[in-house]
Amino acid sequence: MTNAMSGAGCEVVTRKDFSDVTYLLEVRHPMMAKAARPGQFVIVMAHEHGERIPLTIADFDRDKGTITLVIQAVGKTTREMQRDCKVGSHLSVVGPMGVPSHLTKAKKVLCVGGGLGVAPVFPQARGYKENGAYVIGVLGFRNRDLVFWDDKFRAVCDELILCTDDGSIGIKGMVTEGIRLAIEKHPDIDECVAIGPPVMMKGCAEATRPHKIRTVVSLNPVMVDGTGMCGGCRVKIGDTVKFACVDGPDFDAHKVDFDDLMFRLQRYREAERDALARYNENCRMRNPEAAR
Amino acid sequence: MAQKKKKTIRMIPQARTPAHEQDPLVRAKNFEEVNCGYLVEDAQLEAERCLMCADEPCVRGCPVNIAIPDFIQKITEKDYRGAYDVITATNLLPAVCGRVCPQESQCEGVCTVGESLESVAIGRLERWVGDLAIKEGWSNVPYIEPSGFRVGIVGSGPAGMACAADMAKAGCDVTVYEAFHQAGGVLKYGIPDFRLPNAVVDAEIGKLEALGIRFECNTLVGRLFTIEQMIDEMGFHAVFIGTGAGYPSFMGIPGESLNGVLSANELLTRCNLMRARDFPAFDTPMQPGRRVAVIGAGNTAMDAMRVSLRLGAEKVYCLYRRSRAEAPARAEEIHHAAEEGVEFQWLVSPVAILDDGKRNVRSVRCVRMTLGEPDASGRRRPVPEPGSEFEIEADMVVYAIGTNANPIIGQTSKLKLDSRGYIATDESLSTSMPGVFAGGDIVTGAATVIEAMGAGRRAARSMKAFLGLRDTDFVYQQRPADPGEALFGIHRAEHGFARVRLPR
Repeated sequence: MTNAMSGAGCEVVTRKDFSDVTYLLEVRHPMMAKAARPGQFVIVMAHEHGERIPLTIADFDRDKGTITLVIQAVGKTTREMQRDCKVGSHLSVVGPMGVPSHLTKAKKVLCVGGGLGVAPVFPQARGYKENGAYVIGVLGFRNRDLVFWDDKFRAVCDELILCTDDGSIGIKGMVTEGIRLAIEKHPDIDECVAIGPPVMMKGCAEATRPHKIRTVVSLNPVMVDGTGMCGGCRVKIGDTVKFACVDGPDFDAHKVDFDDLMFRLQRYREAERDALARYNENCRMRNPEAAR
Repeated sequence: MAQKKKKTIRMIPQARTPAHEQDPLVRAKNFEEVNCGYLVEDAQLEAERCLMCADEPCVRGCPVNIAIPDFIQKITEKDYRGAYDVITATNLLPAVCGRVCPQESQCEGVCTVGESLESVAIGRLERWVGDLAIKEGWSNVPYIEPSGFRVGIVGSGPAGMACAADMAKAGCDVTVYEAFHQAGGVLKYGIPDFRLPNAVVDAEIGKLEALGIRFECNTLVGRLFTIEQMIDEMGFHAVFIGTGAGYPSFMGIPGESLNGVLSANELLTRCNLMRARDFPAFDTPMQPGRRVAVIGAGNTAMDAMRVSLRLGAEKVYCLYRRSRAEAPARAEEIHHAAEEGVEFQWLVSPVAILDDGKRNVRSVRCVRMTLGEPDASGRRRPVPEPGSEFEIEADMVVYAIGTNANPIIGQTSKLKLDSRGYIATDESLSTSMPGVFAGGDIVTGAATVIEAMGAGRRAARSMKAFLGLRDTDFVYQQRPADPGEALFGIHRAEHGFARVRLPR
């Protein structure tokens, strides 16, 4: 097969499993590692018949020439990748895409990550730290078993607030509770970056709005190409419509229409559910032991 | 050459040889090619219809000036390889252009035969030669002397391909970058298989690879590296940008964010490139549309409608605010769409998309239009008729009302853009950065495949002049009579190549 038909793909050099559903892949792509900036994303294709899925870059290492992705196995493609992406396997990755986050010289910054959003908020926290800011991290997980990267965050944050739904570690409650505590303690927070599920980002936007803290969220709507060509990722920002892939993915949280985003994310829900059911069925038939 | 008796209009076959087509009702359910092309006897018969007139208006009508009568002559002589050689001297992609060029407004539109009869079916003949070449595995790899120059091409669509081919033939080391995982640009993601099978595109790309051109997919130029880096760090002596105008427009009417509203680009990309039509064998999903309303009447709109039919829609509407006479699509495409059962609603403009209470599309509210005075484009301006609102029941709405400039290159480089965001170039397609050229939709706005290819070739000519490579075409060009163009008897374009021979 010629290169014109399919890229050779990037080698997976590290894999870590944080939990049953969350895993980390570090892929080799020296050029991308050099080009990547906080806030950008890549599009991954698992195989020739695969779909193109956007994933936010969780970390990049220019010396090693690698890009880190943290993935949650929620649908067919991400489960399949969980099964197939071992160290030494290859993955088709294109990027970095999107406008890099504008890391200001703000003095005091709140970096909020919820669930899978914890990973992509890391380069932002590190970037702000490098810019000399006082960085307060707020990370939310469902329970203590799902916690990851708290050590990495501790290294770049001046303060770290862990929140879990059941209180098994850190404070009990959602990230909005963490934000409330942080704002109470530091009324002079200049900026907030929040990445996570849309409903969490909506909560963060509402938590900072009364305090008039400039808040940025990273949106991850349905995309095909990621280069501004399909328009599937259009989002409502105030009175205007923007394409998250080329106009974002970062937007002013106080202007984003989150309800619209959440509805649009369900466009292919039925097809996705069918694909996953079919995939699970296939796995059971192929490997009855493992599926139990 | 043996003196032949000059053909006259009375001597040639009077009727245009029909091409074999799939039955409209059968083809509306499959993705096989609609037009099955000519058989050898059809091609022979049609080739006889060319008068071999001295004027050759068709050559001037072709954006890349294919020597049309010459290749038709070769067909009548049964020298099919010769016909292929004639075409590929100017156009490397005959199987593509024979299918997707708007011949009726180019070569065939000015054909001498067309003044009294139906014009010669030049496009069908070109396609026949191109298909034969693919079948027989012909490719013309000229002897290429390496020039030592490296050329980078951004975008593997028709403009990029044409520029790449010309530069490779001039001995340059050419690399083509493509953001998608497959090369071909709009030929792959946009034009559906029933008009241009992806296998044909792949075959033509294979021929470019035979010229030594490298295709690097999954490479987003601008973000992975910038145009400036290509020139400054990566060692490219010249760069061509052909990234197209892929940013789809919407109308800004209520209801556009409902589920079931999408751009034609999204529909076509999902279906053609990502093969969502073969879901679940391919992973990309597609919303099923039972009643589909497509807004717009250009070629993309026709493609979107015909794709929707093939994906199983029961009813497909075309909503266009002007009348059929102003529709920008090729006449043949409108005809094909109508045959397959598309319902055209001329002089209709949507004002809102209504939902079913669950964020899905229920219907499109439209208003009837009348045509008023001609506007800046020369077309009559549509004016809404007061009180004429009505609803069309639909569960999917597809926008095919045009595209804007792709913003990525503009965001990431210091290239000068025009007021609409397209790359600003001069006559020679040079941009504001030395050694960087641009052409195709990213300069002109949305146009046709062959126009993009013409721009790619034009940019290649300028690029050769910039690099100091001799343009081989020049040798065969007529010398201008204007002595101002020549200095010391040497044409200006040749100055860099003049050698003074000293007596021994």
